[in-house]
Amino acid sequence: MDGVKLHGVWASPFSTRVIWALKLKGIPFDYVEEDLSNKSASLLRYNPVHKKIPVLVHGGRPVCESMVIVEYLEEAWPQFPLLPSDPHERAVARFWVKFIEDKSLNVWIAGRSAGEEQEKPMRDSSEMLAILEEHGPNKGKKFFGGDSINIVDIAFGGVAYWMRVIEEVSGGKMFDAAKLPRLNAWMANFESSPVIAKNLPDRGKLRDYFVPVRAKILSSSTSK
Amino acid sequence: MIGEIETLSKSSGGDGRAEEGGDEQFARQDGALKTFKELNKKPTHHRFGLGRTEGIVLISWGFMEGVKLLGTWPSPFSYRVIWALKLKGVKFEYVEEDLGNKSDELLRCNPVHKKIPVLIHGGRPVAESTVILEYIEESWPQNPLLPQDPYDKSVARFWIRFIEDKTPVFFRFCHSTGEQQEEAIREAKKVLKTIEEHALREEDKFFAGDKIGLQDLVFGWLAWLLQALEEVVGVKLLEASEYPRLHRWVQNFRAHDVIRSDLPEHNAMLAYFKRIRETFISSSTSAV
Repeated sequence: MDGVKLHGVWASPFSTRVIWALKLKGIPFDYVEEDLSNKSASLLRYNPVHKKIPVLVHGGRPVCESMVIVEYLEEAWPQFPLLPSDPHERAVARFWVKFIEDKSLNVWIAGRSAGEEQEKPMRDSSEMLAILEEHGPNKGKKFFGGDSINIVDIAFGGVAYWMRVIEEVSGGKMFDAAKLPRLNAWMANFESSPVIAKNLPDRGKLRDYFVPVRAKILSSSTSK
Repeated sequence: MIGEIETLSKSSGGDGRAEEGGDEQFARQDGALKTFKELNKKPTHHRFGLGRTEGIVLISWGFMEGVKLLGTWPSPFSYRVIWALKLKGVKFEYVEEDLGNKSDELLRCNPVHKKIPVLIHGGRPVAESTVILEYIEESWPQNPLLPQDPYDKSVARFWIRFIEDKTPVFFRFCHSTGEQQEEAIREAKKVLKTIEEHALREEDKFFAGDKIGLQDLVFGWLAWLLQALEEVVGVKLLEASEYPRLHRWVQNFRAHDVIRSDLPEHNAMLAYFKRIRETFISSSTSAV
C-alpha cells in the first residue's frame, strides 16, 4: 500500500503547511481530522515522541514534524520542486526555514499570553518580521522562492496567516504593514495564489476556534 | 607545563600564515583562554595546498573553491561541522573566532545571527550548523552521512530537530541552581529517556546503523560535552544503568577514529564551563 494519509487539525498552521505541499505537488492523499482532546490510537502510535499532528503516513510509515514532512515530500515526489537544485541556494532556503521555525515560537507564545507576559514575545515576533523584511531571500520577487512558491514560503505562510488571527484574538500588534511593505506584498501574493487560496482556513472560523482556546489557557495559568 | 604548550604550538601549525592568524587571536584573549587554545590547537589549520600568491590570483579569477570554517572552541555546533568535513575528507581552513571581538568576515557572512559556525565555500557563506551539515552532505557525496532512502532520511531529520529543540534544557541544567535546576534535571532525564526508548535500536552501533552519520554528529555533544556539564554541576544525568543503549552509543561515538582525533580536552572544558556556570549564577543572584 503506497497511499498517503495525513493526520491533521483544520485549524493548525502546521498541518495546513503539509496540505499546501501535497496540493502544490499534486499528490493524492486521504485526510484524517484529529480531535486533540481525544487523540486517535493511530496518532499516538505514529508519533509516540510528541503525540502531535501533523503526521504523514506513506505506505504505512509515519513522518512527523511539518517541515520534516515537507522535505520528505520534496524527496519522494520531485514534481513542483520546493527547493532549488543548487546546494548553496538550498542551504539559504533551509537557513530561512530554520529561522522561521525558531523565531515563530514567539508568535504562538504571544497567542497564549496576556499583559506584561505578552510584551516580549510580541517584540520578538516583530523583530523576526523586520529581519525577514530586510534579509529574506529573493527580495524584489513575488515569493521567497522567486517566481514560484517554495519551502520558505510554505514555512512562513503557516506563520503569517495565523499571526493575524492571533493579533485579533489577543489584541496585540505584531505585523505593522506600514513598516513591512515587502512582507505585506508577499502576503497578498501568497494568499491569492491558486493552490494556497483554495486551502486557507476561514479567518472568522479560526478566530472562533482560538478565542476559547486562548481563554482556557489564560485561566489555567492564572489559577496556579 | 609551559614547555609543553610551546612545543604544541610550534608543531601543530601548518604554514607560517596560519600561525600568524592564530597569534593575533591569542593576543586578543585573556591569559586563561590562551592556555586552552594552545592545548586544543589542532592540526585543523589545513590550507588549500596553494602558495599565498597563487591563492590571491585564483581568488581574483573567482575560481576559489576553498573551504573555510569560522568556529569556536568548545562549541558543539562548531565541532559537528569539523567532524563532517573530516569524515568527507574535505580540506578546509579553520578560523577560531573570538566571540568577544567578532571578525568582520563573521559579521558579513552571518548578518542575521552573527554566530558561528559559518562555512564559506568558494566565497559563499552557509550559516546554522544543521544547515551546514546538509550542505556538506550534498556538496561532497563521498562517504554519505545521511541514509539514501527518503523515509530513513526523514527519521534522521526528525531526531536532529528533536535534539536541537531540547539542547536549551541541558544548558539550563548547567546555568541554574535550586528549584530551577531540579526542573532542568527532570526535563533532561525525560529527553534522555525518549532517546533511549525511541531513537536507538539494540542492534545499531550508531543512530542509523553501522556507520556514523549526521544524526550522530548532531547528538555528539551528549558524548563529550554533557560529561563536563555533569562534573561541573556535580549531578550525573546519563547513568549507564538507566540508559544502556545511549551509554553504548556514547562509547561508540567517542571511539570513532575521526571523532577521537578531534575532541575538546576534558579538563579544559571543565574550567570553561565552571566559569560560565559561576558567571550565570552570580549574575542571577545579584539581579535579585
